[in-house]
Amino acid sequence: MSGLPWAALAATSSAMHRFANPTVALRLADRLMPWSASLCAGLFVVGLYYALVASPIDYQQRDTVRIMYVHVPAAWMALGVYAMMATASAVGLVWKHPLADLSAKAAAPIGAGFTLICLVTGALWGQPTWGTWWVWDARLTSVLILFFLYLGYMALWQAYDDPGRAARAAAILALVGVVNLPVIKFSVDWWNTLHQPASVFTLQGPKIDPSMLKPLMLMAGAYLAFFVTVLIYRLKAEILARRASVLRRARAEP
Amino acid sequence: MTRKRRRLYVLIAALASLGVASALVLVAFQDNLVFFYSPSDLQTKSLPADQRIRIGGLVEAESVMREGLTTRFRVTDTAHSIAVSYTGLLPDLFREGQGVVANGKLGPGGVFIADEILAKHDENYMPPEVADAIKRTGQWKPEGSR
Repeated sequence: MSGLPWAALAATSSAMHRFANPTVALRLADRLMPWSASLCAGLFVVGLYYALVASPIDYQQRDTVRIMYVHVPAAWMALGVYAMMATASAVGLVWKHPLADLSAKAAAPIGAGFTLICLVTGALWGQPTWGTWWVWDARLTSVLILFFLYLGYMALWQAYDDPGRAARAAAILALVGVVNLPVIKFSVDWWNTLHQPASVFTLQGPKIDPSMLKPLMLMAGAYLAFFVTVLIYRLKAEILARRASVLRRARAEP
Repeated sequence: MTRKRRRLYVLIAALASLGVASALVLVAFQDNLVFFYSPSDLQTKSLPADQRIRIGGLVEAESVMREGLTTRFRVTDTAHSIAVSYTGLLPDLFREGQGVVANGKLGPGGVFIADEILAKHDENYMPPEVADAIKRTGQWKPEGSR
């Protein structure tokens, strides 16, 4: 084994260890929260103004294109949150750090919410554009599977009394579900689907007019800030709940 | 080897084999994962007659004929094309050059009898003025001709 990757890994892990101390994490969370919350509110106000009012209609979808500004960032976040959740789960499994498990646990319902928004707004767009609410093509089906993976992950946490065993089982499910992420992203390229291929992250560059890309990116920023804000809030609650249960157990023992 | 490092290796090995296994499964089920066949697929694949299938492609230019509620047109993938007949209301985006997916059965005489037509939307979004400007310069490419 060459030393360099391990030295880098050790350096990151020592930096991580400092923030992995729950007390330090809680203090950092308290300092970050007002910033991310106001950034989220500001981006939503500006983003929704551009998305719903100050952007042009599409040449063939007319006003229906505005659904895209809510749908596409939700889809990105659905994938991104899952990737973050799986990374935290891997850290939890390998380094056995409870804060990693709690971060993944705190992120899951937010990711499930984004996936639901993506599915619902997609159906609302599909009806006027395609002529159907839902089809079982590879893209739509794989996103539905992602939604069920989030629900299964959340259910597994509830299925065990011992938080250590629950974290382990849930982390393994989260990691198995990672294979679904490339399937979702590339389903539109690998197979014939009703869903169109990617418009923004393509090798040829965005296929969206700049006047429409701007509201989309503002909304994506707003979604990201929303995720950070709610994640901090939920992580704080998880840390405090874990401490409370440790105290309760300590008092119950004679 | 520390226990942490061993757990890391086990995790990487497990994820790698899971990835390979899923890739093999997806390749094996390739034919079941496509939402529709292209007109060229119909030429090369021998599909059992009377089976409900979906075909997809572009509505061929100057091929649309309407008789009452019945619409006849050809669906092309620029290499091959197939005649389609459909009775019913068409989606708003249906027009010549547009991507469509037709659900139905191959009828007598090689005509595809569709009972559902879905419009496909491409990945391009632009305001009407931009679309008009591109059409004026003659750079307009019908979708799917990539």
